[in-house]
Amino acid sequence: MSAYILRRLWQMIPTMLGVVLLAFFLFNYVGGDPAYILAGKISSPEQIASIRRQLGIDQPYYVQLWIFIQQILTADFGSSWATNEPVSQIIITRIGPSLTILIPMLIIETVLSVLIAVGVAYVRGSLTDRAVMIGCTVAMSVSLLVYIIVGQYVLAYQLGWFPVQGWGNSFLENLFKYSPLPILLGVAVGIAPNTRLYRTFILDEINQDYVRTARAKGLSENTVMLHHVLRNALIPIITNLMTYLPALLVGDFLIERFFSIPGIGREVILAVERSDFPVIKAITVYVAAATMIVNLVADLLYQAADPRVQLK
Amino acid sequence: MSAAGQSAGLWQLAWRRLIADRVAVVSMVVVGLFLLLMIASGLNLIAANWSEEVAVGYAPPSFVGAAKKTAANAPRQADNGPNAYPGTVKDPLATEIAELRRQLDGGVTTSSEADLELGDLKVVDPLAKEMAEILGTTTVAARHELADTLPFGADKWGRDVIKKTVKGSETSIFVGLTAALLATIIGTVLGAFAGYYGGRIDDFFNWFYNVFTAIPYMLLILAIAAVLNQRGVTAVVLILGLTGWTGIYRLVRAEYMKHKSREYVQAADAIGASNRRRMFVHIFPNISHVSLVQLSVNAVGFIKSEVILSFLGFGVPVDKVSWGSMLNEAQNELILGYWWQLAAATLAMALLVTAFSMFTDALRDALDPKIK
Repeated sequence: MSAYILRRLWQMIPTMLGVVLLAFFLFNYVGGDPAYILAGKISSPEQIASIRRQLGIDQPYYVQLWIFIQQILTADFGSSWATNEPVSQIIITRIGPSLTILIPMLIIETVLSVLIAVGVAYVRGSLTDRAVMIGCTVAMSVSLLVYIIVGQYVLAYQLGWFPVQGWGNSFLENLFKYSPLPILLGVAVGIAPNTRLYRTFILDEINQDYVRTARAKGLSENTVMLHHVLRNALIPIITNLMTYLPALLVGDFLIERFFSIPGIGREVILAVERSDFPVIKAITVYVAAATMIVNLVADLLYQAADPRVQLK
Repeated sequence: MSAAGQSAGLWQLAWRRLIADRVAVVSMVVVGLFLLLMIASGLNLIAANWSEEVAVGYAPPSFVGAAKKTAANAPRQADNGPNAYPGTVKDPLATEIAELRRQLDGGVTTSSEADLELGDLKVVDPLAKEMAEILGTTTVAARHELADTLPFGADKWGRDVIKKTVKGSETSIFVGLTAALLATIIGTVLGAFAGYYGGRIDDFFNWFYNVFTAIPYMLLILAIAAVLNQRGVTAVVLILGLTGWTGIYRLVRAEYMKHKSREYVQAADAIGASNRRRMFVHIFPNISHVSLVQLSVNAVGFIKSEVILSFLGFGVPVDKVSWGSMLNEAQNELILGYWWQLAAATLAMALLVTAFSMFTDALRDALDPKIK
């Protein structure tokens, strides 16, 4: 096991190096001269030269790359160009709000879509099944923007059931006052694709021999579906859930933007709008590193859930 | 295709299966109509004058009826209501004639009323004067026939929402299809090289793949949007195309690995076909259905992504309209109670995406050789 983990960590190094190179290429080369962005529209050549010296971009490329790698290793990306807030500070303070929304959202969404999927898979081929599936296809076709725009307008603005937007300082206030509507809308967006996917997973299991055996020994339908079928279908479901985990680290861009939630996603959008390269660069590199770690943990958990899986 | 007259090939069989599927035919017709719409709009055959002011601002849909609140702002001439609109088979020279007339009359007599109406607004809007200059005579000429209602309402500037939706469809579908084509080409070529050659080349492309998939998709898109720092159709196509190739790369790579040691490829080798020829002339036709299905899958995904990018303001520029920019405008309109632009963009998009997804499913089933 530890040999496996070590090897996986070893394999991450070239990928991580690639991410660093990609980020470096994008932000130091494609992105243009940051001095012009920083100096603004009216700038003298002296100002430009002084900013370039400050940022170290008058150095050759390999020196700049080395500075970038040092920044990553010391977790010191300097300050945001827009707000002067240290970038590491930004990342640490924004991750909490993102998780406050995303973790409950993921749990509720998964529980609901698994239950619906078990239900429709049990009556597969029936009118209910087909109606739910067509409903899912149509629901997936409506842009997620529309769910958020209409949901926010009707439920918060018109009916006043929830605050339109906002974020407080205490965790409980945030979770119970400001989060319910974003969570509800996030669930509404995610439930259709997940139900469709989980239904196929359950259908794959429902025709297996062990299900017939379970019925033959006289088990109730509930036991067959929940203890036998669902338990086996959980393996692909967990695999699918694992692919969502990295997304937890970047937050939900649109929901955070609409509800002014100070999370990572909103920070990225703000940074893109302001051409605030240090922030996007740092978030990209850290999220990529975290994604690889999360994927490794997911594979380890996967083996714990399914003893048939051999880690090689 | 080459085996005409003999037993039906994969494509013929797939086509027969597709035609036999009622859902597939209906969705194909809907997608086809949208494509025709896109081409017609791209050639300026329809909705070319979408940016013209043909009604009062926020004119409601005809089936709702004219709004009472805006009645005070509406020019008196526009009493003929919805019937005024269908008659807009416009004289192409109308603006020029109006301009000439305006010059003859000293530019006041015919449009004095409209100008007076504009008077109050000019105080509020600091750019009103420039806008009026830019819009020039079209505004003045159009003011005479401003309608109270339109079949599906008007936006803030009195532009017809239906025409706007058509124009928006053109942008969104074009971007989705072109980006999907770009991503499919990149993914197929890289996947072909990696799967066919294996070894070092495979390692290199796999490394490339790992790097791209290590960064969450939306974050990667936004990062590239940030550095390109351009708004435009080409920029969006590049952003989506350069980030979206990873899924197809994996599938095509797996197919090439499977096919490269088959007998027909060995036979091609024996008759002296070069590696490139074996890859793209011999193997590619046998795996092209994978690329085709992925093209369709990507097109649906990219249409959705384009809408989000344009909504956030990182997509098409302001002088172009897309479903995303319509939704962006509609977000603020909704609070004022003007829901029609939101409804139009949502309906158009939902219809296309539903049909396109169903078509993709049907295509996948039809091309699956296991189902006969």
